[in-house]
Amino acid sequence: MKWSIANPLVLSVLRILMMSLCLIANTAMAGDEPLSITVGSKNFNENYLLAEVISQLFEHAGYEVDRKFGMTGTLIIYEALRTKEVDVYVEYTGTLGQVILNYDGEPSLENLNARLTGEAVEILPSFGFNNTYALAIKRDYADQLGISTVSELVTQPDIEMGFSIEFLNRADGWPGLVSAYGFSQQPTGMDHGLAYQAIDDGTIDVTDAFSTDGDLDRYDLQLLEDDLEFFPHYFGAPLINAELPVDARNIINRLAGLIDDARMRDLNGRVMLDGKSFAEVAGEFLAEEGLVALSDNISATATSIWPRLWRNTLVHVQLTLIALLLGCAVGLPLGITIYRSRRLSRSMLYIAGLLQTVPSIALLALMIPLFGIGQKPAIIALFMYSLLPILRSTITALLTIDPVLKRVAEALGMTRIQQLVHVLVPLALPNVLTGVKTAAIISIGTATLAAFIGAGGLGEPIVTGLALNDTSLILQGAIPAAGLAILTELLFDVLERSLVKPHMLVGQLPT
Amino acid sequence: MPIPCIEYNDITKSYGDKTILNGLSLSITANITTAIVGASGSGKSTLIQIANGLIIPERGQVSVFGSPITNGKITDKRLAIGYSVQGAGLFPHMSVFENITLMATLQRWSEQDTKIRFHTLMQLLELDRELSDRYPFSLSGGQQQRVSLCRAMMLNPPLLLLDEPFSALDPVTRVSIQQEFLKLQQAETRSMVLVTHDMFEAIKLAQEIIVMRDGRIEQQGSVAEIQNNPASDYVQALFHAGGPVV
Repeated sequence: MKWSIANPLVLSVLRILMMSLCLIANTAMAGDEPLSITVGSKNFNENYLLAEVISQLFEHAGYEVDRKFGMTGTLIIYEALRTKEVDVYVEYTGTLGQVILNYDGEPSLENLNARLTGEAVEILPSFGFNNTYALAIKRDYADQLGISTVSELVTQPDIEMGFSIEFLNRADGWPGLVSAYGFSQQPTGMDHGLAYQAIDDGTIDVTDAFSTDGDLDRYDLQLLEDDLEFFPHYFGAPLINAELPVDARNIINRLAGLIDDARMRDLNGRVMLDGKSFAEVAGEFLAEEGLVALSDNISATATSIWPRLWRNTLVHVQLTLIALLLGCAVGLPLGITIYRSRRLSRSMLYIAGLLQTVPSIALLALMIPLFGIGQKPAIIALFMYSLLPILRSTITALLTIDPVLKRVAEALGMTRIQQLVHVLVPLALPNVLTGVKTAAIISIGTATLAAFIGAGGLGEPIVTGLALNDTSLILQGAIPAAGLAILTELLFDVLERSLVKPHMLVGQLPT
Repeated sequence: MPIPCIEYNDITKSYGDKTILNGLSLSITANITTAIVGASGSGKSTLIQIANGLIIPERGQVSVFGSPITNGKITDKRLAIGYSVQGAGLFPHMSVFENITLMATLQRWSEQDTKIRFHTLMQLLELDRELSDRYPFSLSGGQQQRVSLCRAMMLNPPLLLLDEPFSALDPVTRVSIQQEFLKLQQAETRSMVLVTHDMFEAIKLAQEIIVMRDGRIEQQGSVAEIQNNPASDYVQALFHAGGPVV
């Protein structure tokens, strides 16, 4: 038996556990700083950029800013705002009306705020730009045909149209457009990213676009005027927690009306086309508007990636470790308690297996109504995934112990506890460790998805990178995550070697 | 008449539809070695596992040294009943020393008492001191079985149950370990119950023999009685190598 507490390895593992628990406690208690604000963003370019603009503005006003960027899905971030885990994010009036409030009327500020009463959420005056669907056509081709409105497009039967799948299916997309304008042309469906390529090389002539797309200028595309005003308005506007104090509202309101479509296109383009960081472009914008002097811009200078990498890794380890500890705290005693009952073991394994088959992203999404967003739901989801390998390995390990040894342990006069401590657990340990290792590695992988619900970690650069199609950003998350997985593997090897005698290791038992 | 070491009274035990023991009553004499001989499936192994409470009969009572085993804590009773099985059943994660002394450690014996008893047993069974720190996987079958016997006798129990302890050994090893077993009988007086399917081993090691057949007692008596007056053809046949029981 080498269970001694004095074992240096056991000690260092305990120390790491203690440190991470302190870390969690610290994060939990950091909430009541006098001037702090949490800024959220959805996971696409423009929304990141505006969130960064708001963040920097607050930082200049002396606020401590917590950035919860890159949340996936309107409902997730809206839920975060509602539960006060986020104080402000940028929403679009049309989206707010249709997706959140189920409201078909004109999404004016008054109409929306009237419907938001009682929701603890409020919308502030818009930035000015309207990021709606639009039809884009090559500028020179439009000139050649002599058209500038959507109505005129209807009269061009030979024109080739290629639309994103989403646009083809949305009520406020192609189907609505057909009934409003009476199109007879048959469009083809394609990926939005590819549509610009296709229009550039002449495969198609017209595609759907967002009116603030940074790519429009790059491909020299012209937006056709929606002369029948079919497309709903999607004015970008700050959506805030209704309890936000006046000072904070005033800071946000300084941005009202400052960004029109062209300005937004230009800013988007600086990120997408010029490859500048959000922080840089946000800083430039604030300086250009005279809201902040460029020289004392805090975040504009590209900071080294290392602190962020370190922070993400730490959060990732924290998520995984807590989930794993919970998994062990529940799975091991549960396995030990129920392994003798075939029926109980079966049904518990069945339940754990069922949890495992829920796709991770769906499980994470299911957690939101129950536990909100952030680390808590992520940890609970990861815990649920870790349960199966831990439970299964514990039950299997205990069941497959040579029955003669169990019988002898009993016959020698050992109590239940003594049998467990001196015979069953040591004999099961190699298999159990393998199960816990599997759970740890699954958790490390799955935890990258936790960024979708604002839990941070190494998934954060991956999610952002995916949204921006930025491979280096994706790698900033993927490489450390892979490194963590390898490290875990090595760590468990060491743990195994210190806890289990070499001849007892799985697969090495001499016959 | 002295108190028997084990007394079975009207024991019935079945597994599913198959009745192994049907209303069996039996007294086993204390302070000698008794061999229970029978074919596999005759119920002999079940019989001794009832004595230390590993198997609970559906009906009937068993007493060890006059006290029903259902009286008091079963773990305490078992401390006074040594047990060794075919294939030794050593704990693979423990060294020879740890295997043998585990129960003494759990009973909080002093380190000195533990070591003295350990070395006495090692010597009795002619186990080399160097083996103390070895693990079971690196021992020969004979060595493992000797260690198993040491473990069973560590707490110096008045009763020792041996379930075919020598059956899996090769003939040469078996003969030498049988010699040590006889020495053991000389050295420490105790009641021993040896389950075996080998009549010759029974004759060699035991003073009394119980022949079992299909869950019944076919014959019980001293070695001489069994040899001279076999009660049935079945008992008679046990004396012929390659007879009905192997």
